[in-house]
Amino acid sequence: MQKFFNNRNVLGLLFMLPAGVLLLIFLTYPLGLGTWLGFTDAKLGREGVWVGLENFKYLIGDSVARLSLFNTLFYTVVASVAKFVFGLWLAVLLNRHLPFKSFFRAIVLLPFIVPTALSAIAFWWLYDAQFSVISWSLMKLGLIDRYIDFLGDPWNARFSAVAANIWRGVPFVAICLLAGLQTISPSLYEAAALDGATPWQRFRFVTLPLLTPIIAVVMTFSVLFTFTDFQLIYVLTRGGPLNATHLMATLSFQRAISGGSLGEGAALATLMVPFLLAAILFSYFGLQRRAWQQGGKD
Amino acid sequence: MSKFDRREFLKTTAGAAAATSIGVGGAFWSTNAWAQTWKPEKGAKLRVLRWKRFVQGDEDLWMANTKKFTEKTGIEVRVDNEGWEDVRPKAAVAANVGSGPDVIVGWFDDPHQYPDKLVDVSDVASYLGAKYGGWYPVCEKYGKRAGKWIALPLGIIGNAIVYRDSHVKAAGFDGIPKDTAGFLKLCQALKAKGTPCGFALGKAVGDGNNWAHWLLWSHGGKLVDDKGVVVVNSKETIAALEYAKQLYDTFVPGTLSWQDPHNNKAFLDGQISLTANGISVYYAAKNSTDEKLKAMVPDIQHARFPIGPVGKPTELMQITQMFLFKYSKAPAAAKAYMAFMMEADQYNPWMKASIGYTAQPLKAYAANSVWTDDPKATPYRDSAALMLDHAHSGPLGYASAACLADYIVLDMIAAAASGSKSPQDAAAEAQKRAERYYKV
Repeated sequence: MQKFFNNRNVLGLLFMLPAGVLLLIFLTYPLGLGTWLGFTDAKLGREGVWVGLENFKYLIGDSVARLSLFNTLFYTVVASVAKFVFGLWLAVLLNRHLPFKSFFRAIVLLPFIVPTALSAIAFWWLYDAQFSVISWSLMKLGLIDRYIDFLGDPWNARFSAVAANIWRGVPFVAICLLAGLQTISPSLYEAAALDGATPWQRFRFVTLPLLTPIIAVVMTFSVLFTFTDFQLIYVLTRGGPLNATHLMATLSFQRAISGGSLGEGAALATLMVPFLLAAILFSYFGLQRRAWQQGGKD
Repeated sequence: MSKFDRREFLKTTAGAAAATSIGVGGAFWSTNAWAQTWKPEKGAKLRVLRWKRFVQGDEDLWMANTKKFTEKTGIEVRVDNEGWEDVRPKAAVAANVGSGPDVIVGWFDDPHQYPDKLVDVSDVASYLGAKYGGWYPVCEKYGKRAGKWIALPLGIIGNAIVYRDSHVKAAGFDGIPKDTAGFLKLCQALKAKGTPCGFALGKAVGDGNNWAHWLLWSHGGKLVDDKGVVVVNSKETIAALEYAKQLYDTFVPGTLSWQDPHNNKAFLDGQISLTANGISVYYAAKNSTDEKLKAMVPDIQHARFPIGPVGKPTELMQITQMFLFKYSKAPAAAKAYMAFMMEADQYNPWMKASIGYTAQPLKAYAANSVWTDDPKATPYRDSAALMLDHAHSGPLGYASAACLADYIVLDMIAAAASGSKSPQDAAAEAQKRAERYYKV
């Protein structure tokens, strides 16, 4: 027995067991249950029976579900790109020797610190059809002659939601990229400067390649958070107007919890998984290409 | 008003509280005939889950009445208040796992989703009905399933037309027209005068769903027929949607995004002159310290919704019900609690403290002075007498609950009214979605 427990592989398995059990209970089981429910006609308060792909077939033909997929992709792509651009720009800016550097770094974090629901309520007021301070200011400046219908027009609402998400998400990207920038040795910039590299060339050939691993990780998380966003939309619009801001997560909640169609809601949530997996795999394989990270071609 | 009630309540219950301390709790059961029926289990304790109050007086009196029950009976009652949209999933989970609060104060037809998990409360309902003038028919439909009472309707959250009297008069009308054709003319006249109306068309659970169903039903359209067959894609619905389009043209901009609080805010800010709401707009103005809002109070009036081509009132309001789960270890004590809370001594002060926010499900309580102390509250008195259930005219259950929660009617009206879809396309889409739910 003692020999058994002294075995390297057995010990390894034993040490991993608690973590494995936790993962099984808190990650695998809920995910498995959700996927299973997606193949049933379960209702809130009632167990369902296996219906195969029926939920998925219905959702593919459902115009609101298709609209929510479009909204989610639009929301994720536009917000993620914008968060990356603003985040990188802020990170580069904060990496410089600025007066009150620490103060500005703290300020940048503020949107990330505020609970999502609270910031959503703040935006709810900012975008109000009747009381928007943005519209009021623009009116006072004489730039517009009527209040902007931020959330009452489908495209306005989509862009307004994206803007709110960018405001919340930029600090995460900026601070993570700033941490990455801090790890780049100044001697590399000095050497590049001695070789006559312009600021753009220093950014393109020194900063960007060395920052790539952290960009991959940060953007993976950013895409995952954006794709699965719920609170911001739920507080801001609940998916309106005319379902123009319904994301897959909010529609899944509406169908499963409010509407009681657990099976259909779970199927909708399950449909998000391939997109999320694609984002993770893209990042995973990107990170494996270490030569590429170090400025090589592959 | 609620302050007065609490004082009055304290006066009347002080004796009871003192008596309890000397062991009169047991006497309560022996001297009340009805209490013999629901004699509590030994050592009974109760857990009650209810929606978080919208009006402070409601919660204050509910808790005071619960305390009074404990003092009289010795039964400890824990009351948890949850956000109103959280009550439904929690009740469903309780039904699924067979554990949780003994009594849940939920919404609409929640009990019809898991009737086999609930205790038959026909005895309590019959007792209360016989004593207090009977239940309104709509309450009976919500409370009963297969001839048995599975829930006790607690009250109706009334919804009515709220308007500025001076603006309506300035638009050339003496009051709110009784028919939908006249109502459209009024809204057009209000718009022409620069004092428009506005109804919520966003995901507004209460106000949005209420007025949208009125609009559909007033023209003879409905989601399902008596047998639960989806019939929303009909010429009556198309007529309702065409009316909605004309009405929408008179709205203040932004209503497509409006959730429940938006019309309150817009009305109190003077940006709209007419909307559909509970009594909360009026009371917000009445209790405000803001001079501008106080000045608005004499001008605020309430009226019933106009009657459409269908020729009868077609209104939807929110109903809240108490239901008792079979897993409860103290069903008799729970029944006693439910009956106690609906007895006149408790119910009338509670309804009064709720300042007309909740209307009675039992006919005798229509005499409560909350409806006449301030005549502006009177239109809300008849909420239960007027309202239709949201499944109209089909059965209540999972499908009707899901259709309401999924905003099928509201989305259809919003799409057609705003021109985002033709009335025909909007009705066809609603038909498809509703069929999905009613398939079960």
